[in-house]
Amino acid sequence: MITAAGKTAVLVIAETRSGEVTPLTLELLGLARELAGPLEGAVAAALVGADPQNADTLIAYGADRVYVCGNRDATQYGGDVWVPMLEELARKTSPSALLCGHTPVGADLAPRLAFRLRSAVAMGCIEVKCGSGKLFFTRPCYGGNVRETVSFTTSPAVATVKAGVGTPAADAARKGEIVQVAAEPLKGRARVIAREVETAGKRLEDAKIVIAGGRGLEGAEGFRVLETLADVLGGSVGSSRVPCDLGWCPPSWQIGLTGKTVTPDLYFAVGISGAGHHMAGCGNAKTIVAINTDPEAAIFREARFGLVGDYRKIVPALASAVAKLKQETQP
Amino acid sequence: MFIVVCVKQIPNPDAAFSMLKVDEQSKKVVPAAGLQLVMSPFDEQAVEAALRIRDARGAARITALCVGPESARNVLKHALAMGADDAVLVRDDALEDATSETAALALSRAIAQLGAVDLVLAGRQAADWDAGIAGAGIAELLDFPLVTFARKVDVLERCVRVERVLADGYETLEADLPAVVTVSNELGAARAPSLRETMRAARKPLTVRTASDIGLHAEEIAVMRARRVRERLHVPVKQNCCEIIAGKDEHAQAATLIQRLREARLL
Repeated sequence: MITAAGKTAVLVIAETRSGEVTPLTLELLGLARELAGPLEGAVAAALVGADPQNADTLIAYGADRVYVCGNRDATQYGGDVWVPMLEELARKTSPSALLCGHTPVGADLAPRLAFRLRSAVAMGCIEVKCGSGKLFFTRPCYGGNVRETVSFTTSPAVATVKAGVGTPAADAARKGEIVQVAAEPLKGRARVIAREVETAGKRLEDAKIVIAGGRGLEGAEGFRVLETLADVLGGSVGSSRVPCDLGWCPPSWQIGLTGKTVTPDLYFAVGISGAGHHMAGCGNAKTIVAINTDPEAAIFREARFGLVGDYRKIVPALASAVAKLKQETQP
Repeated sequence: MFIVVCVKQIPNPDAAFSMLKVDEQSKKVVPAAGLQLVMSPFDEQAVEAALRIRDARGAARITALCVGPESARNVLKHALAMGADDAVLVRDDALEDATSETAALALSRAIAQLGAVDLVLAGRQAADWDAGIAGAGIAELLDFPLVTFARKVDVLERCVRVERVLADGYETLEADLPAVVTVSNELGAARAPSLRETMRAARKPLTVRTASDIGLHAEEIAVMRARRVRERLHVPVKQNCCEIIAGKDEHAQAATLIQRLREARLL
């Protein structure tokens, strides 16, 4: 049963991976807490099918109420299972805003929920603000070159939010309510029959250091050069869209508007021109280092440090300098 | 097998951004005179997906569908030249600058009117507003199953089998027909129109429909459009603070960069 105690300001749709709440979900809770004050309501989180112990994590990071929906079988995202369950939850809790991460789950789920709830949706938001009780969502468009700010006349305002917008804040002493929501087992009209993981090991989104290559690498072997630097730095290798489309690297390496959003401390853009659609995926990195043969490349307007020259020389020089530094600093 | 592919006309996304002006007053993006209007590349890949299905099955009717102004005839002609069989343009002043939600409403009505559709394909998002809403909207409004971000689409006996791109790989889904599938760039390059198909395209039917022709009332459009309001449109300001690190050779450059990164406590 769903209790109606207290107005729900924001409903956050939680995502889990390997049984753990994703970092982006924790960011959304941080953002929801910021909005809950001016909206004068509570923060609710929906945890579909997942381990109820994750409910405690969601409470610690800001949820006043966690709705644990359905049974364990529903943990893995299936639109036909999640959408009706969350539609019903949204109807009963009537939040002002419904937030999902801008992920393959959120980007599938959010527009479907918006249509079912007779509302609208803002996709890939990079800022959410509340002013005079009204919510404003800012999102990049035109390949990341333009910013659009939208509001809604219908409720809930549905949005997918990118990484780096909310700040997660844990407080183990926070109290919250856990509500079990039973759901009829549903047979989806679209059924997952297999799942294939192509990138084992460290996730690009969680990496503190990312070394990304673009068209300027001029071939798949360029990524081997980047990997040498990634190895000594303990970073991950990513790509702009062109190398993925040309098959120089797996599609899952793609950073940008149609790929992943990364927010590392240090981002190396190697042979990347710096087009808006790529910057949409890495613009929130703390420090960008650009390596490019073209001194006029747009990436030098985005970067903190720039090196003009051939990556085939510069990247190995960096890798050996980092390796030398490590030797010197290690006892 | 009857496939409808939804396509959108947009300003050429490969053109320099200086060819577009952002009018903050009217909150519109205004293409410079002479900027080419083209089919959104993801939609081009959706047409490609439809053609690959037809190539594999030997037969399928493919209809290209567009909501847009009179000039959008050109993207439909492009779809016909790629190999689509016929085309429908929904053109109505009430649908000018349609929001994604409004476009989905018009597309769903037009599809319902085409009758007995097996598969609806669309790009994962249009490369102008980058929203990615219309495909899901069509599925919801028609109550069809939906699979998003396809990198491969095959039609089996009674279902469509799709490889869907995930953050760390992909998943294979099967959806009952009729279904909506949105196509991602991982599908691969769309074919260029051949001379033969381009010649044939001139004789293929291209029908124009108004909103009322597809049973869509002005009030419905207005209500759907009003759900989301564009409050502001602007070009973000960039602060140029890039320090170019020079040096006599790459080793000198590397040493200076590492010194800077250490000063910033990044290493």
